[in-house]
Amino acid sequence: MTTLQPPAAAQPRSAPPPARKDRRSWTGWGFIGPFVAVFALVFLAPIVYSVYLSLYRNQLIGGNQFVGLDNYTQAFKDEQFWDSVGRVGLFLVIQVPIMLGIALLVALALDSGRLYGKSFFRITIFLPYAVPAVVATLMWGFMYGTKYGLVGDINSAFGTTLPNLLSPDWVLASIGNIVTWEFVGYNMLIFYSALRVVPTSLYEAAEIDGAGQLRVITSIKLPAIRGAIVIATIFSIIGSFQLFNEPSILRPLALNSITTDYTPNFYTYSLSFNGQQHNYSATVAIIMGVITMVVAYAVQLRGMRKGA
Amino acid sequence: MTTSSVATPAPAKSAPRLRTPRKYSPGRPKRSKLLTALMALMVLYTVVPLIWLLINSTKTQAGLADSNGLWFANDFAFWDNIRDTFTYHDGIFGRWLLNTLLYVVLGAGGATLLAVLGGYALAKFSFPGKRAIFAVVIGAVAVPGTALAVPTFLMFSKMGLTDTPWAVIIPSLVSPFGLYLMWVFAAEAIPTELLEAARMDGAGEVRTFFQVSLPLLAPGIVTVLLFTTVATWNNYFLPLIMLKDPDWYPLTLGLSSWSSQAQTIGGDVIFNLVITGSLLTIVPLIAVFLLLQKYWQSGLAAGSVKE
Repeated sequence: MTTLQPPAAAQPRSAPPPARKDRRSWTGWGFIGPFVAVFALVFLAPIVYSVYLSLYRNQLIGGNQFVGLDNYTQAFKDEQFWDSVGRVGLFLVIQVPIMLGIALLVALALDSGRLYGKSFFRITIFLPYAVPAVVATLMWGFMYGTKYGLVGDINSAFGTTLPNLLSPDWVLASIGNIVTWEFVGYNMLIFYSALRVVPTSLYEAAEIDGAGQLRVITSIKLPAIRGAIVIATIFSIIGSFQLFNEPSILRPLALNSITTDYTPNFYTYSLSFNGQQHNYSATVAIIMGVITMVVAYAVQLRGMRKGA
Repeated sequence: MTTSSVATPAPAKSAPRLRTPRKYSPGRPKRSKLLTALMALMVLYTVVPLIWLLINSTKTQAGLADSNGLWFANDFAFWDNIRDTFTYHDGIFGRWLLNTLLYVVLGAGGATLLAVLGGYALAKFSFPGKRAIFAVVIGAVAVPGTALAVPTFLMFSKMGLTDTPWAVIIPSLVSPFGLYLMWVFAAEAIPTELLEAARMDGAGEVRTFFQVSLPLLAPGIVTVLLFTTVATWNNYFLPLIMLKDPDWYPLTLGLSSWSSQAQTIGGDVIFNLVITGSLLTIVPLIAVFLLLQKYWQSGLAAGSVKE
């Protein structure tokens, strides 16, 4: 069983105290029933339907035909698909550590009590989370532009020729910057909330033992919020593999750089809505879902084992 | 706001364990100007795009092209832009705003309601299938949401729900994160003895829930409501695949359609309206976050309290 926890959790808590045996009854279902019903409709049913779709193919002659694992064989040989997987893989290996690293440094700075105007920093750095991906991408997209944007302004002011951030060489990094901007504050808040509940007595003991700031961070703070770090990492990995909004909104500004198979999700979307290849699209989505879960699970196992 | 506000409204049991930094932190660390300066750089990174948006919402389409991005153009067209944003194309922007509000009220409101009820059940009742529910819900969180998009679209299409508001609202009703947060919060905030006392006094489960539990859950509810509101307000992918009729678009989808129409042949270039519309889209959410920060930060802190 996977024990993934949603973001706010610092550590998988021990399950809430079990209600007493004598109260075990169906009453609870009255409360959770509505959630379960909608959940089944929008989560479970599509998963099952997706598996069903992936086993069929819509033929011009003969209609919907059972083809077994043919769609999967096709996907494993599909270079377009694997290119897009490689792209998000590269993205995640570079962007996620940068974003989480910055978030962690900011959280530690806030928690150190050494800042002037701490609550101002906390809320301001969090704000981009409230900005829709569409707006964030449009803003940055304009700013990247050599014509309207800041890049153009810098070039004309200093006579420089900065690289075109929307060119094929740079666009992945440009997307990485947008995603970092959007989520650094959110991750910071998760780390910060986790740091807040480290018992003060630990710091007092460390001080008596003569431990310096750095030692307190590496020996107390980081281990204490390891759970939060693992969770933030897993959610960032899932987010990277799902990358869609930013490239799709940026595409009109960077037609030559962002293709409709730029990320696995973009590819799935294009297959389904531009190509009407619903069955193959479902297959690609399933493979991507499995890859995501395997990677997330591996990270979780590794993260929980370290020093445990 | 004060630095201790994160701790204040947290449930009584956990409050003493949260630090009030000044009083207890060892050695009362000295404020550091260097660290503050570094953080100021970080804030710069965060707010420059927002300032850019604010400044450029004052420019006309022509002004956008020939002025510096970080300073005002000669023409101050802010009010004109706002008026044009709301009147362009028969006032479709206003319609998108109302649609977004509709999706938020029904989607985020409904999601919060279901999460509160479910979290309460998980925290305070023992019932057959409880472990299975938890395992399945948490497992499903790991399934990339967009991987479900195509089959969900096809299902909804067969049910005749696509291109109606329901296609956006129904999937928004499930928030596994909200369920989890409410579960943790309810376990912490509602003493089981209190529930038993109410039952002893003859209150039914429904009455106990509304009169005893609900008031105690308020900070958690605000937090979940805020995060589901952001999720619904910012939702883009789901409406993109579910809706064809621009009359049902939310703001996000509308804005991106305005932006991409510049690329279509003969399309009107209205970047000034895209920018002003973007500003109008983010202002309400930022206002809500700032006004309610005391509540949602306490709710989040409670979610990360550990034993």
